[in-house]
Amino acid sequence: MFEEVGTTTEGDLIINVGPQHPATHGVLHLVITLNGETIKNIEPHLGYIHRSIEKMCESLTYRQFIYVTSRMDYLSAHINNHACAMCVEKGLQLEVPPRAQVIRVLMDELTRIASHELWWGAMAMDLGAFTPFFHAFRERETINDIMEETCGARLTMNYMVPGGVMHDLHPNFQRRVKEFIQLYKRKIHEYDEMVTGNIIFQNRMKGVGYLSPEDILSYGCTGPVARGSGVSSDVRKLYPYEIYDKLEFDEVLETGCDSFARYMIRIREMQQSIRIIEQLIDNIPDGDFQAKTKAVLKLPKGEFYSKAETARGELGVYIVSEGGTTPYRIKFRSPGFSNLSALNKMATGGKIGDLIAAMGTLDLVIPDIDR
Amino acid sequence: MTNEELKTGITELQPSVVFDEAIDANGWLTANVESTAWLGFAEQLRNRPELQFNFLFCATCVDWKTHLTMVYHLRSTIHKHELVVKAKLDRTNPEIETVSGIWRGAEFLEREVFELFGVKFLNHPDLRLLILPDGWEGKKPLLKDFEDPINMIRL
Amino acid sequence: MWSLSSIAASIDQWLNANMSPTWALIVEMVIAGVAVIGLFAVLGLVLVIMERKVSAWIQIRLGPNRVGPKGMFQSLADTLKLLVKEGMTPGGADKLLFNVAPFVAMIVAMLLLAPIAFAKDFQLWDLNIGILYISAVSSISVISILMAGWASNNKYSLLGAMRSGAQIVSYELSAGLAILAIVVLTGSLRVSDIINAQADGWWIFKGHIPVIISFIVFIIAVTAETNRAPFDMAEAESELTAGFHTEYSGMKFALFFLAEYVNVFIVCAVGATLFLGGWMPFHIGNWEAFNHVMDYIPSSVWFFGKTFFLIFVIMWFRWTFPRLRIDQLLNLEWKYLLPISMFNLLLVTLIAIMGWHF
Repeated sequence: MFEEVGTTTEGDLIINVGPQHPATHGVLHLVITLNGETIKNIEPHLGYIHRSIEKMCESLTYRQFIYVTSRMDYLSAHINNHACAMCVEKGLQLEVPPRAQVIRVLMDELTRIASHELWWGAMAMDLGAFTPFFHAFRERETINDIMEETCGARLTMNYMVPGGVMHDLHPNFQRRVKEFIQLYKRKIHEYDEMVTGNIIFQNRMKGVGYLSPEDILSYGCTGPVARGSGVSSDVRKLYPYEIYDKLEFDEVLETGCDSFARYMIRIREMQQSIRIIEQLIDNIPDGDFQAKTKAVLKLPKGEFYSKAETARGELGVYIVSEGGTTPYRIKFRSPGFSNLSALNKMATGGKIGDLIAAMGTLDLVIPDIDR
Repeated sequence: MTNEELKTGITELQPSVVFDEAIDANGWLTANVESTAWLGFAEQLRNRPELQFNFLFCATCVDWKTHLTMVYHLRSTIHKHELVVKAKLDRTNPEIETVSGIWRGAEFLEREVFELFGVKFLNHPDLRLLILPDGWEGKKPLLKDFEDPINMIRL
Repeated sequence: MWSLSSIAASIDQWLNANMSPTWALIVEMVIAGVAVIGLFAVLGLVLVIMERKVSAWIQIRLGPNRVGPKGMFQSLADTLKLLVKEGMTPGGADKLLFNVAPFVAMIVAMLLLAPIAFAKDFQLWDLNIGILYISAVSSISVISILMAGWASNNKYSLLGAMRSGAQIVSYELSAGLAILAIVVLTGSLRVSDIINAQADGWWIFKGHIPVIISFIVFIIAVTAETNRAPFDMAEAESELTAGFHTEYSGMKFALFFLAEYVNVFIVCAVGATLFLGGWMPFHIGNWEAFNHVMDYIPSSVWFFGKTFFLIFVIMWFRWTFPRLRIDQLLNLEWKYLLPISMFNLLLVTLIAIMGWHF
């Protein structure tokens, strides 16, 4: 059931892509109007995984609601939890101890690498190269094993609490992360050889999915999508949180505005994340891993907004509090939602193959969009 | 621009704007505007050279049991300042002008608010359900007096 | 050592000694028919398991290893599964075309097994226009794809079939021109003549540059003709489910599936025959002693070795490269491969006339 938006002329074909997808994007349903092989209009139908997290959080306490959010963008679960914990800390005006800050940044960067690895493998698979998927998952499994040892879970790692982290690092953590860095540096050239330098791949990606900087700002895109068109939007650099202002890393910008630029940004972001991890892994300060808080948290009356940079873009958490133990209203500004609204502009006029390449570089995770 | 300069700049454009005294934890200024004056105000916020709020990054609605409030978070990537704009809406018949002509991202954000709160956006190009499944038209689940004995669980 | 032709000759002798000539002929035809069907089935099974093991080896994993020793009987399990599946016909489908399409694909594949020389003196039908016959009959497979796509009453199948039809028809041109290069050098369309002309060295070595160019064009063109990656836009799983055979299930799907693999075998066999000498062992000019040593290995082993080497190369392509978009695919053919093949044909003709090959 859908209503037709826009005009369809004689000879147009309307097909559905999804919601069951062979590509690993989640349950996204696109209704595409085709003229021959050229796309005339794309209309996303969302809501297949809408769990009304925002309404649910209105009856959960400030300690409980954080763990529902790791189910939103499950590939950057740590960063989601981090943004929520930061919002609660802003309300309570809580100071996070330095050891907890360093641990949080380490976990965030490892999650970012894991998310980009999966994106890379799935992107190559969408375009027909099935082998890079296995290489990407080799690295991702190493990170998942590290997470499992410290946090207890591989995907929804409920580890952040308001005030710090839930428990201390496992004694093996430092050694294993150092081994992972060595492994990663040995293998990164494979990515260039297998996929980035491949001429078929470059022809599929260059000039595809063009988004001008004005469109980026108008649609509200953030993250690698915005940086691919030269719009500087890294929350870690513009509005630094935790200890990001003391770390040395570059914000990766490209001016290509097409899919290939967005692809190169994520590859280079992985390298920047490795740089951050290298700076921190030997310098974890001693001390508390959690600030002392009351058992039941009550935020004062007011409104609080905090942002974090997930692998997809800027995640915003907006809490309206009436002084009780549960939030009055929570709004999650999800990066995927705004990035998806630019899909129609990006892919109309191209072929279906272009749609797949462009959608892959948007890096959509549908539970993030539907909440 | 600092909050003081913003205040003077905005008051010149739209004298009816009322500012909240409390500055929120991020240091952002909150401007309250009439819902009827929102479109003109938004255009000036976007186009005035000293303001140039070109990035709308969050648009949502809060249900205070006597009225609804639309909350817009705006940012200027050129001047690097941020602003929160609120507009009070009547609870029985909430209507406000759409800003999807100014910021294209507002199209999806406003559709979401329409289906969850029932706010009608005048002149919106395509106002219908986005996230909710078919059959939820008019149900407005995020209002505080929404009751659904089957689907809602109270902890 | 043993050879297939001596086995065939002894069967022929035994039959003629024990029955009248007509009966012997009929029995021989039945044996040949059963052997072709048997070869078709065995090839299908072997190629399916080979594809899975080769892909696993390239992707640093093991592949099927439960059914049988090292997973060798996996194909039997797959075939059994496909046999017992329910074959559904979609509502609104054109029943006649829907049911006939897989059979047309299979018939084409079987017809093409006739002129291929599997070993010395072991060819079903050595007609004087062997290569022309192969090229012409393989074009009929387009009909089966278009029938399947149209009769399925499904937009994805139609899109897939249209893409596939355009692709196959375009790439036949380049494949044909590549084949022509060898025909010009040999001077004959007969398969046995072409193989015998390679008795002092395979054409890929004797014909140096133009034949190497032809070989590369041929490999690219036949990968596109059989809808294999990187040219498998028609059945791109990530985009349009399964293209023209989306609506087929059970035995009919098995026929399409097997016909695709046997097509791969046939085009590799043709490539091995034309460029790598078919059943001719690796001879070097007039080095008698070396050639005698090479002759010890049976000619059927040579033939199957070369064919399976080419099949391995085509499978290697699939698991290495991403897919080309449909317009890039057609671009490649019409703007690059076709002009190169035409120029190459001129070059080969010049070389053949002037005798500048070995």
